[in-house]
Amino acid sequence: MTIDVRLLTEPFIPGTFIGPFTQAHPGLGGVCTFVGEVRGQAKDGGRVEALELSHYEPLTLPGMRALAETAALRFGLMGLLMLHRVGKLYPGEPIVCVSAAAEHRRAAIDAVDFAMDHLKSDSWFWKRELRDGAWHWIEPREQDHADLARWR
Amino acid sequence: MARLVFLGRLADLAGGAERAVAPGPLETTLAALPVELAVALLDERVRIALNGELLAEPGGIVLAEGDELAFLPPVSGG
Repeated sequence: MTIDVRLLTEPFIPGTFIGPFTQAHPGLGGVCTFVGEVRGQAKDGGRVEALELSHYEPLTLPGMRALAETAALRFGLMGLLMLHRVGKLYPGEPIVCVSAAAEHRRAAIDAVDFAMDHLKSDSWFWKRELRDGAWHWIEPREQDHADLARWR
Repeated sequence: MARLVFLGRLADLAGGAERAVAPGPLETTLAALPVELAVALLDERVRIALNGELLAEPGGIVLAEGDELAFLPPVSGG
């Protein structure tokens, strides 16, 4: 089982990671990939000009590694790829990519769903949006807690 | 010196992501900060990490030379 977890500071093309990841697991029965991109529309309907993600080096990457290991064990994966951007991003840019390889599809699909819910609500990232020339911090939502509760 | 690190909106309140402070009891350090910032740092939802380790019980911290104490507000979510 291989786990590849990275924080990326520059724009990335998911396919350049997913291709080699899939190739590295001959004999897999299924690979499931989720790619999240920066939305151009804010929750209040306004236009998002940019998104900035900050993190805390001593906790963020170790936390992602622990999450990846938990997901890989829980769903019996052959491999898990987990990429997350930090820094300043613009609408349409990939912000997160999770890809899971497994012998059967359900494990791959569920592992990605599990990893995404935890990356969104339970990982050390802080986000702020640039709207109308001013930065606004993004607060936690009730939905995030509901998303996590699905896995308890 | 020791170092305080402010994440998320706390960095805005603090006017920067870091602040060098004299070693000693955290209570003394907080008392010297602007009241609005100190209150925000003591919010029960703010987690505290000492030298990269999350603290379960943040009471009674005494900063030593070279310590890094990070204040982590709730993460942003989706």
